[in-house]
This record gives sequence, C-alpha cells and structure tokens, in this order.
Amino acid sequence: MRVFATLLRRDLAMLLPGGRRGQSLLPFLFFLAIAMLYPFAVGPDADLLRRTGGGVIWVAALLASILPLDRLVAPDIEQGVFDQLAIRGIADEAAIAIRVLAHWLSFAPLLMVAALPASVLLNLDGSTLSIVVLGLLAGTPGLAAIGVTIAALTAGLRGGTALAGLLLVPLATPILIFGAGSLARPDDGGILLAAAISLVALAIAPFAGGAAIRAARDS
Amino acid sequence: MQAALVARDLYCRRGERPLFGGLNITLEAGEALHLVGPNGIGKTSLLQMLAGLRKPARHGSFNAAGPPGDVLWQGIVSYLEDRTALDAELPLADALAFWARLDGRPVRLEPYGLADLADVPVRYLSTGQRRRAGFARLSLQRADHWLLDEPLNGLDTQGCGMVESLIAEKREAGGIVIVASHQPIAVPGLRTLDLRDHPW
Amino acid sequence: MHGFANPKRFLSLARWLTPLFMLSGLLLAAIALAWGLFAVPPDRLMGETVRIMFIHVPAAWLGMGGWTALAIASLVYLVWRHPLADIAARAVALPGLVFTVICLVTGSIWGRPTWGTWWVWDGRLTSMLVLAFLYLGYIALAQAVAREGASARIPAIFGLVGAVNIPIINRSVVWWNSLHQPPSITMGNSTIDSQFLVPLLLATAGFSLLMGGIVLARMRTVLADMQAEARFRRKVATSGGNHSHQASLQGTA
Repeated sequence: MRVFATLLRRDLAMLLPGGRRGQSLLPFLFFLAIAMLYPFAVGPDADLLRRTGGGVIWVAALLASILPLDRLVAPDIEQGVFDQLAIRGIADEAAIAIRVLAHWLSFAPLLMVAALPASVLLNLDGSTLSIVVLGLLAGTPGLAAIGVTIAALTAGLRGGTALAGLLLVPLATPILIFGAGSLARPDDGGILLAAAISLVALAIAPFAGGAAIRAARDS
Repeated sequence: MQAALVARDLYCRRGERPLFGGLNITLEAGEALHLVGPNGIGKTSLLQMLAGLRKPARHGSFNAAGPPGDVLWQGIVSYLEDRTALDAELPLADALAFWARLDGRPVRLEPYGLADLADVPVRYLSTGQRRRAGFARLSLQRADHWLLDEPLNGLDTQGCGMVESLIAEKREAGGIVIVASHQPIAVPGLRTLDLRDHPW
Repeated sequence: MHGFANPKRFLSLARWLTPLFMLSGLLLAAIALAWGLFAVPPDRLMGETVRIMFIHVPAAWLGMGGWTALAIASLVYLVWRHPLADIAARAVALPGLVFTVICLVTGSIWGRPTWGTWWVWDGRLTSMLVLAFLYLGYIALAQAVAREGASARIPAIFGLVGAVNIPIINRSVVWWNSLHQPPSITMGNSTIDSQFLVPLLLATAGFSLLMGGIVLARMRTVLADMQAEARFRRKVATSGGNHSHQASLQGTA
C-alpha cells in the first residue's frame, strides 16, 4: 500500500499541470482553442453549432490527450527508473497501471471542467453538455490507458509524438464513436459502450506497457 | 550449505550478436568478483542478468533449445549503473527521498560527501557526484549483495577510496560484490572473470 | 548463428513456393476477373458497376486477413522469439495496406455512380479506413524501431493490440451506422447469388495466393539483406587494423 501511494505521489508530481515534467495548462488551452476555431471555420449558425459542438469537443479531447505522450514513459525508461523498481520487486505492469491512473488524473478532470466554457462557445444546451461530460467520464479512462500504452511503445523513438498521434487514431476511434455517438441517441447505450471499451483498454494497458518496457530493456 | 550465488549455464545475446555462453558462477558470502573485458563484451548484460533484469538466452539449435540458465541468490540484490534513476529536475535530497520512502530508510548524504549538495537539482551534478548519489541511493535498499557497473567512473582518488571502503564494508557484512570496471580496483581477494574466456 | 539455423530450410522452401504462389495467384485472379467482367450478368440494382466487387470484396478480406496473419506472427515472435516470425509480420504489413487501400479505392468507385460522391461512410469502408491507419501506424512504428535499433517486440505488441482493436472497431462502426444511417454499398439482392459466388471465391483464392507470393518474396529479400549485412560485419571484424582482439585491458587484480 505504501508502495502504491509512493509511486502515485511521484507520478502525480510529474504529470499534474504545473508538475515537473512541464505538463502545463497548454493542453487545456489547446482544447479551448479548438472549440473556438470551430465556429470560425463553419460559421456561427447557432443551430449547426448546437448539433455538432458535442462532437467537436470529443475531437478536441482526443487531440489534447496526445500532447503529453512523450513525457509519460520515455524519461523513466531513459533514467532506469523501471529497472530500479523491478529490482525492488515492483512489476512493470504495476508501475504502468499506476501511471495510467496518474495520467488520467492529470488531464481528465480538468478536461471535463473545460468542457463548460467550450460548451458556451459552441452554444450547447445543458442536457447536451451533461451527455458530453458523462461520455468523457466514461471514455477518458480508456484514452488514458491507450495513451500510456502508446507512450510505452514509442519511448525513445525519434519523431515520437507524431508517431504516437498516428497510432492513437485507430485505437481511440471506437471510444470516440461511442462517446460522441451518445449525443445522437436518447438513451445511454453509447456511454455504457464507451465505458466498456475503457475497461478493455485499462485491462490491456499494463500488460502491453509492461511488455514494451521489458522490450526496451533488451535492446 | 547453499552458496550465496549460484548462476548456471548463462548464455547471452544482444540482438542477433552472441556475447557469452556456458557461463557458471558460484560465489560464497563475502566474496568479490571483477568482470573484465573490452567494451561490448557483455559485462553490463551479465550484470543485468544477475540482477534479474534480463533473461538468460536459450542456446542450441532453435527447435531443440535446452532450458535457459538460471540465477539463484540467497538474499536481496541491488544494482548500480550509469543511470541514476534520480529525477533530474528535483533537488538531490528530494530525488533520493522517493527511493527512501520506497525502501523505508532515511536519506544519508554525509557518508558519500554530498551533504552540501542536498538542494542542488540532480541535473547539475558532475559525473563523479552522480556516482556518489548512486551509492547513496544504493545504500537505501536493504540489499545483501551489490552489482556495480563502472562504479569508479568520474571519481577522484578520494571517491575511489570511498567506493573501495564501501565494498569492504559490504563484504564484511557477508555480502557479495560483483564489479564491472575498466579501472583497477583495490579490493583484497578479488576474483576475476574475463568474458572473453566464455564465448558463446 | 543459432537464430538462423532455420532460414536455410525456409529459403529453399520459399525459392520454389514464391513463383508458384505468384503465378497460380495471377492465373486464378485473371480467370476470376475475366469471368466476372464478361460472363456474369449485371446486378439488378447496381448495374455494371457491381463487377468491381470482384476486386473490392477479396481486397477487403485480404486486408483483414493480412492483419490476422500479422497478429499471429507477432504472437509467435513474442512467445517464442523466432526471428522469422518478426520478419513475416513486417513482410505482411505493406501488402496488407495495399489491399486495404485497393478496397477503399474500389469502394469509392463503386459508390460514386449511385451516390454521386467519391466517398460514403459505409460501414465496411469506414472499418477499412481505420484498418488502413492501423497498418500505417504499424509500418511507421516498425521502421522507427529498425532505424533506431529498438526491440522488434515493440511493433509485435502493437500488432496484437491492433488485433484486439479490430473487432471493437467493426462493432463500433456498425453501431455508428445504425445511428446515422449513411449510404451503404452493397449488392442489390441481399444474398449473394451463386453466379457471383464462384468467381468471387476464385478471385479471393487467386488474390490470396498472389499476396502469399508477395509476402514470401519480401521475406526472402529481407533475409538476403540480413545475410549480406552479417557477411560485411564479419569481414570488418576479422580484417586487419581492428583492435577488439588485441591485448587485454588492465584490470586483473
């Protein structure tokens, strides 16, 4: 238990906005910027914005989640931190699982809060906003898991961020479809499906990430 | 009584390049071993294998590969290498505090000559100071045995003396110390292992 | 070198298997396409353009099948570390991508006369588009790994993760379609007429053999490159002026 708390504390100190690895508020400004650019691009027609704004928020969330990827895993592989943890009997899978939790805490809550001003810019009504936020709640854990997995796979590779973005697109599309798709349905089927995919991603991430760390050791 | 370290039938490959093979090591408590050989011969890989970070390779033709070798320690092992595993942006004392919390021991800087650097961010430290910091981190773990990869790198005479006395202390406490080093190291009763004698 | 005790067996097998696959594949595909182009009557609803399905459908199956093969090879590599498995996975990626793109292009052509646009968000086409991104990602990852000397297990892990993702993608796109009812590209009749089925199967068999031949050819090229590289490195290591075997370093106590 003390191990879990110590690792989580360090990960949060690294990844939270204002933390060591320079995770600034930039991703959220980026997210709001997209929300602002969209009406400029398609015109301020209130009805159009209301119908499509929720989807734009989802796309913006996906893009914003790519930004911190190169800081998530690579620096610790470079510094030999995972090796030292392994020597102390802490499995790579456990370290990755805690990293996913910290990554989620570092972007999801703020994102959901930022959805409020974004929804104002995009002229969304209250019920749409609540579906968006619930959808983000269901889907962002999956995005966090996928993000850490990709970060582990691309650790140490040059052009890492662009490559990570490319890998993210096919892997995150189902979450996007279900999360944003929930806006078009009267029931909550989409949100539940997004949550289901998040669970699958959360289950896979520690093993894929752990395998990637071990692969990095061998090279 | 079981020897403190029994490593059997170790084979190692880096990518497709075979490094060493058929290696057997048996060490009793308090013994010290010096790994020698040119760069790239596999000293680091062997230390990683002994630390449990790298799995011994299987040998023999692919379909009829024998079982991989194994490494059996009596006691806990810790590992010191080039990478300090200390967060570069943090002051030294805070960076060490993370490992101290994990290992449940207090941070000690004076024995390693680092007391006046407690508030300096790790990334400003010199190579020698990083080595000392590595030893400070190493000692936090309640480890019985030490694996040291180039521990004298960047250290001056005083630093080397510190390392040699730390090694002597460890051996006196019954620990095994295995060192990979280009430089000569003044340790009584040191056995030598040249990896060139054990090609795959 | 132990890892490659087998390539000799594989290479001698591949030497005659490759042309066999490619020629028989080309032959079968040509027969099937000729049959489909000339001997099959036009579809009730979609007319002449339905003929393109003899390329479109096999391409879709091969795109999906390609990733399946890639995932299996990746699994073999991760579990048994057989070097041929890694080479096989990477050899399948580009042909798989090409067939996926062929499926997209032919799908676009198929849909144009009916819907008037070059692209429709049909269920299968959308899934294939996401699959194309998976292939692109894998190829980019494998190239980066090879360039930087990182472990080949990295793209293998991605191959497996992608394989888990594919059924999820397919289900999600079907669900998405049910939400938005986009135009779709299918046959006029709901079941595939036996008249279409036989040339379709022939075409699939032909293209599969062709793809198999291409994959084998790519593997042979990679192996030839690796052997040449090993030969050069050996020459460099044993030639004069090299110090790695010279007097031992100081350090024996």
